[in-house]
Amino acid sequence: MKLMELQRTMARAVMQPLTRTERMQRKSPAGGAMSAYASRFIKPNDRLTSFERLEIYNRQYWFRVLSGMIEDFPGLRVVLGERRFEEMAKAYLCDHPSRSFTLRNLGSRLEAWVHKHPGWAGAKQNLALDIVRLEWADVEAFDGKAEPALRPEDLSGTAGPSLRLKLQPYIQLLDLRYPVDDLLLEVRKGDEDTDFASNAFQERRKRKRVQAVAKLKPAEIYLVVHRVDYSVYFRRIDREEFLILGALRQGKPLGKAIEIAFRKSSIAPDKRASRVQEWFQNWAALGWFCRTEEKT
Amino acid sequence: MAANRFNGYTDYGIGIGLRAPHYQHILTRKPVVDWFEIISENFMIDGGRPLHILDQILEQYKVVQHGVSMYFGSAEKLNREHLRRLKELVKRTKTPWLTDHLCWGSVDGRYTHDLLPMPYTFEAARITAQKVREVRDFLEIPVAVENVSSYAEYHVSEMTEWEFLNEVVEGADCGILLDVNNIYVSSQNHNFDPFTYVNSVPAERVAQIHIAGHSKYRKYILDTHDHPVIDPVWKLYERAIHRAGHTATLLEWDDSIPTFQEVHEEALKANRFLRATALATAV
Repeated sequence: MKLMELQRTMARAVMQPLTRTERMQRKSPAGGAMSAYASRFIKPNDRLTSFERLEIYNRQYWFRVLSGMIEDFPGLRVVLGERRFEEMAKAYLCDHPSRSFTLRNLGSRLEAWVHKHPGWAGAKQNLALDIVRLEWADVEAFDGKAEPALRPEDLSGTAGPSLRLKLQPYIQLLDLRYPVDDLLLEVRKGDEDTDFASNAFQERRKRKRVQAVAKLKPAEIYLVVHRVDYSVYFRRIDREEFLILGALRQGKPLGKAIEIAFRKSSIAPDKRASRVQEWFQNWAALGWFCRTEEKT
Repeated sequence: MAANRFNGYTDYGIGIGLRAPHYQHILTRKPVVDWFEIISENFMIDGGRPLHILDQILEQYKVVQHGVSMYFGSAEKLNREHLRRLKELVKRTKTPWLTDHLCWGSVDGRYTHDLLPMPYTFEAARITAQKVREVRDFLEIPVAVENVSSYAEYHVSEMTEWEFLNEVVEGADCGILLDVNNIYVSSQNHNFDPFTYVNSVPAERVAQIHIAGHSKYRKYILDTHDHPVIDPVWKLYERAIHRAGHTATLLEWDDSIPTFQEVHEEALKANRFLRATALATAV
């Protein structure tokens, strides 16, 4: 057996889902018995059959990738429930096995996949999509690139409606149908607390989370996932702020961005200028703008 | 012998793996540590806290990069994006040498994120050596390959693991990161004498040594890096040092990670063997 053929044969087995009891399936990816499939290329020894030796790698693969999903999507796990989340994660990983050298990118296609497979979340589909978007935005914001922050002198002589401002690459803008930021913070608080907690406490915490999900009502929110001192934070913003920032990210000039933001705005025209000024002060203070390439 | 062309002619002492639970301790207490080994992939990112931490570590400590997903032994081509990011990191850390595993883990662009054992064939050795050369030429620093722990052997193998290792490192003209715990684990799983392995390695190519703990199950041993180093592994280490000389040594502890002091003290146990070897060489 040539190297490529052997590696394809082994990878197919290693990446085949485990049984419900977390053992290797008796049926091989080729359709026959897995014991025969394993015997084709793996030697037995005096303690383990070929099947058992291959099973070690099969189990390690799934434990590793599922741990990665649990770590990156604790909120979705609470929304779906532990068992359903695990089944969904297996289905997702079968459709989209990792194509990156790092596990960090494991969930990069989850939002699109959940969108295409609404059956997993059922009535909670919109909630599931929102929490996936937030959790993936969190991953992106955590280690996304930061450019040198914009300084007042970078703007000299360029202010006005034609000014183009560049958002920090790590900034994530989200429009969500549910207030999932609160939910995720609650889930994380629970995870921190349970490190040293009793089983009874953990059970209470779990029930509380389930109740939190059940009680969560739709409420449109606009969110910026950003960093302060290398920690990720969620900041709710007004719809108009979201539209301005979104337009700036698309490369639109400042004047156009503001025009877009106020097209259907409920903010009274006489209040708009002061609001815009206030927003820009906040954004600048948070370092959300970076120098444009021409200026660096 | 230990400072050689495979570790950039450096003479590093005893290091430990840089792990997140110890960041705070290291940055605030600034303990004296010869060097830290980082997992390259954890820092092959665009920004954020990990790189901020790394930059602070680099201000005070020597750092060597260790990779987990180059997959020299995969039959497919090298991942160019991986190499590009790795080179960026190499420039940042100024690592004198770089290590990754003698294993495979990806096929047709799909990653298992595991260190899968190689079939010990001449075809595999040739492909692997070629890829090691490509990586070294692209990164422009010495590369050393690490022997992995394994739980399976293939029918197609044409040689022993140590013969395969020698075939690859000779073909690639690269160094060896000799993991004596992995040799012990595999020797127990595959019924061979671990000293035969250590004695067969070309000592002049050993750039670095790994020590670690593991977990014993009823029918096999798993390389879990979650325990202190056991005596039989120290004996292999002693033998390796006797052959290769005062070599950069690193303790890996990746799961159930104890305090920084406990990990460092465990690593420093290597000193008794290094001193004994130094003394023996002197007389």
